[in-house]
Amino acid sequence: MNKMIDDKQFQALLLDGMKIHVGGFMGVGTPEPLMDLIVESKVKDLTIICNDAGYPDVGVGKLIKNNQVKHLIASHIGLNPVAGKLMMEGSMQVTLVPQGTLVEQIRAYGSGLGGVLTKTGLGTIVEDGKDKIIVDGQTYILEKPLGADMALIRGSFVDPFGNVIYRATTRNFNPIMATAAKTVVVWAEKIVDELDKEKIMTPHIFVDYILRG
Amino acid sequence: MMEAKEIIARRIAKELHDGDVINLGIGLPTMVADFVPSNISVYFQSENGMINLGPTPVEGSEDYDLTNAGGNPVTILKGGAFFDSAMSFSIIRGHHVDLTVLGSLQVDELGNIANWIVPGKLVPGMGGAMDLLVGAKKVFVAMTHTNKGLPKILKRCTLPLTAVGEVDWIFTELAVIQVTKEGLVLKEYHESTTIDEVCKLTEANLIIDPMCKVMEL
Repeated sequence: MNKMIDDKQFQALLLDGMKIHVGGFMGVGTPEPLMDLIVESKVKDLTIICNDAGYPDVGVGKLIKNNQVKHLIASHIGLNPVAGKLMMEGSMQVTLVPQGTLVEQIRAYGSGLGGVLTKTGLGTIVEDGKDKIIVDGQTYILEKPLGADMALIRGSFVDPFGNVIYRATTRNFNPIMATAAKTVVVWAEKIVDELDKEKIMTPHIFVDYILRG
Repeated sequence: MMEAKEIIARRIAKELHDGDVINLGIGLPTMVADFVPSNISVYFQSENGMINLGPTPVEGSEDYDLTNAGGNPVTILKGGAFFDSAMSFSIIRGHHVDLTVLGSLQVDELGNIANWIVPGKLVPGMGGAMDLLVGAKKVFVAMTHTNKGLPKILKRCTLPLTAVGEVDWIFTELAVIQVTKEGLVLKEYHESTTIDEVCKLTEANLIIDPMCKVMEL
C-alpha cells in the first residue's frame, strides 16, 4: 500500500469545518509545511486541537492569524497575542483544557475508552458542567474522549510503511494524536528505508498518508 | 541589594534534596536551577517531554528539536530521557514529581492558588499548572510579595482558582510562609524588613512562628 502523497493530494483531503489534531508544543514537533499548505488551501471554520496556540507565525498560529480557525481547543494561548485578541473579540471560540487532561482525552479516544477520571481542575471553573464520579471515596472529574477527523503529525524519521520515530522533544502530543483521528497524515522530516524496530514510537497501522519533507 | 527574584530563587534552592524530581514553572521559578547546591543532584522534568533537563546550550549549538516548555532550546544531561505528553503527565499527575515551583498572581489562607486567568484582561491558559498542582508531592509558590504594593497573599483568592488547597509553602523576597491547617505561618523574613512590615503587606492573617527568624541565603 502506497502511503506517499504530494502537496496537492494533501490539500484535497481538507474540508471546511473539519476537526483537526495538530501535534507539537510551541511549534516544536508541529508539521509546519502542512500548516503552510492549509493556509494556502483557504479551508475555513476549522476546529483545531493543539497543546497551544503557537506564536502568530509558528505552528497553528498561522491558521489562527489567517482566520481559518473557528474553535481552538488548547491548554495555553499566552504566547500568541493574535489568539488572545480573536478570543476577546469573540471571533474565535477558545476552550482551555489542562494539558494533562487534554492529552488523556485524546488518548482515551484513540484507545477506545469512554473517558478519563482526573482530580485536575477540581474546585475550579474547569469542572463546570462536567460529571463528577466518586471512586473509593475519592472525587474525580469525568473528562470525555476527544477524537478528530484528521491528525497532522511530524515524524523525524519515517519509513515507507509509516512507522515513525520522533526526535528529542518533538514527540509530545504526536504519537497520542496519531491514534485518535479518522485520517492521519505524517509529515516526514526524513524518509528512511527501514527503522530500528526497537525504537519505533508510532506503529505504521496508525498512519494513512506520508508527505516527504 | 540582591534583586527580589534572586532572593526567592536562592532561598528555594536551599530546600532541594538529593534525588528530587522537580518541575519548575516558566519565569521566576526557572531561576532556581541556577542555585542548586553543588553537593546534591536533582532531576528537572520538563512537561513537554523530558527528564534531566540541562542548561541553555552555548550559542551556535542549539538543537531546535530539543526545547523546554517555553519552546526555547535547552540541553539534556547524562541519564536523561525523552517521552510523550501522556507519559509526561503520568509523571506529573501520578505523584512522581517531588516538587513543583510555580509563580502566582494570588495565594490564600487555605492554600488556594490563582495564576491562570484574569477575566477580561489576561487569558494565557493553565498549560500544565493545574496538573502539577494536584499531582506534585510538594508545591512551592515563588512570587513577589506584592503587586505594585498590593497584597498577593490574601484571605481568599478573588481570581478564578487554578487549584484548591494545594500550596504547601510560599516564598517571596520578604518572607517564607508555610500553609498549615491552622492558617499561614510566618517562618522567616528578609533582613531588609520586619515582621510588622511583612504583616502589613499581607492581607491574610499571619501566625508568627515562635522560632521565626531572618532568612538565610
